[in-house]
Amino acid sequence: MRGRFFGGVVMDVIQVRNISFNYSDKVIIKDLSFNAQKGDFICIVGTNGTGKSTLLKLILNLLKPSEGSIFIDGEDSRHFKSFHKISYVSQKATDFNSDFPATVEEVVSAGLYSRYGFFSFGRKKERREKVFKALRTVGMEKYSKKLIGRLSGGQQQRVFIAKALVNDPHIIFLDEPTVGIDVKAVDSICCLLGNLNKKFGITIIMVTHDISSVIYHSNKVLYLSEDGNAKIMDSVQFGRETISKHVCHN
Amino acid sequence: MNTLVNIFSQGYMQRALFVSLLISVITPLIGNVIVLKRLSSIGDALSHSSLAGVAIGLCFGFNPTISAIVFSAVAAIIIEYIRYAFPNYSEMATAIMMSFGVGIAAVFSGFTGNAANFDNFLFGSIIATSYFDLYTTLVLSVIVIIVIAVLFKELFYITFDEEGAKLSGIAVKRINLIFTVVTAVVVSIAAKTVGALIISSLMIIPVACAMLISKSYKSNVIISVVFAVVFTVLGLLTACVYDLKPGGTIVLIGIFILLILLGARKKR
Repeated sequence: MRGRFFGGVVMDVIQVRNISFNYSDKVIIKDLSFNAQKGDFICIVGTNGTGKSTLLKLILNLLKPSEGSIFIDGEDSRHFKSFHKISYVSQKATDFNSDFPATVEEVVSAGLYSRYGFFSFGRKKERREKVFKALRTVGMEKYSKKLIGRLSGGQQQRVFIAKALVNDPHIIFLDEPTVGIDVKAVDSICCLLGNLNKKFGITIIMVTHDISSVIYHSNKVLYLSEDGNAKIMDSVQFGRETISKHVCHN
Repeated sequence: MNTLVNIFSQGYMQRALFVSLLISVITPLIGNVIVLKRLSSIGDALSHSSLAGVAIGLCFGFNPTISAIVFSAVAAIIIEYIRYAFPNYSEMATAIMMSFGVGIAAVFSGFTGNAANFDNFLFGSIIATSYFDLYTTLVLSVIVIIVIAVLFKELFYITFDEEGAKLSGIAVKRINLIFTVVTAVVVSIAAKTVGALIISSLMIIPVACAMLISKSYKSNVIISVVFAVVFTVLGLLTACVYDLKPGGTIVLIGIFILLILLGARKKR
């Protein structure tokens, strides 16, 4: 099965152990545990307010769980320092300041800043090669000199995926990357993510509302319900259950 | 022409020109980050806090520029603290510190003894540029330029996507604090030349002009510095020839050029 076994060993790249999270008095996440293995493509789904983005922020240590612990590549997320191993793509295309005067190349280069400090003048060529490699992967190489605000929502999101790729990460986290993008661009972004997962073995954890366009590429679905509970299942099983529900409703 | 040559052959005018040019280089360096982070009001909050420092300095007999730097640096740290305490209402921090600065300045300005000295900091004064001001501005400008150059990439990333910068391992909190303190220093040293009430315009207008024509972030920074230098030189010359307040003249010329650029863009 895709992305599960590397050298015959199952590798857990993310371990979420019994985490809970409350916002004021409301339980958002209750005693959630799941593992993500190297090469997994996991979609986090659920209705509004079920804590999909919150879960992503908890894993990324942008929020602190009230209980439980999270490990990324074996490191406790609270003390995680191997930032080059992970990347994050937000819903940037929807809340992005379109007048921001930055070129596509400048935006993608930003992904490398923590790796290349101020005293790295001699490595400019190496940096640019990495940037152009990432842009080639997402099919945006010819737009490198364009201002990011002049691109369409779908093109901007491809650039943000290139920024996430430029560091050769092991895991990419995406928070509803297809929000506010036209249907054709959504399909092409989902195919791009599927390719990154299959070709390069990058683990993908993606929050999405639009499961139908991405389920073909994913192998697991983490379903968050309104009572704070969660269920992880095989994509095929999830697809079957969702379809059977639709049939019953009709 | 002869009048201008005569004016600029005076020592105090040469000092004023040199100090103004230094300020016109450092203000847009700060302004780029402030404008693009949508925190334009922070300049006003810090300039009003620097006025409070000036009033306290004049009241208790300290050097007003130094007390302005200290007071606005403390205000900058408090602003950062409030911003982190209320992340969704960061503009509240600037409003609180602006009111606090105005309050302190209003109370202590009544005890300064020399009202004209306090007024110099409100609207700026060229004649008041001393050798002390010259050396302070020179040293602090060099420090500001070095800090901005060293943190240029990190500041760009934080400005563009603060959450992404944090997740890539950049020390966002520390860099934001350094930047805010540097902003406080720039505001305080610029207050005496261009005036505390006008300094934030000098941070913002050149950046606004640059955004209309730049093709990248780097070019935006360079073009904004060029604009600020042009506004300053034209403003100083005009102010000298027509005996006007230099700070106000510099800002009005900036706004005039911004309107021309906006008009030209609309026509295209």
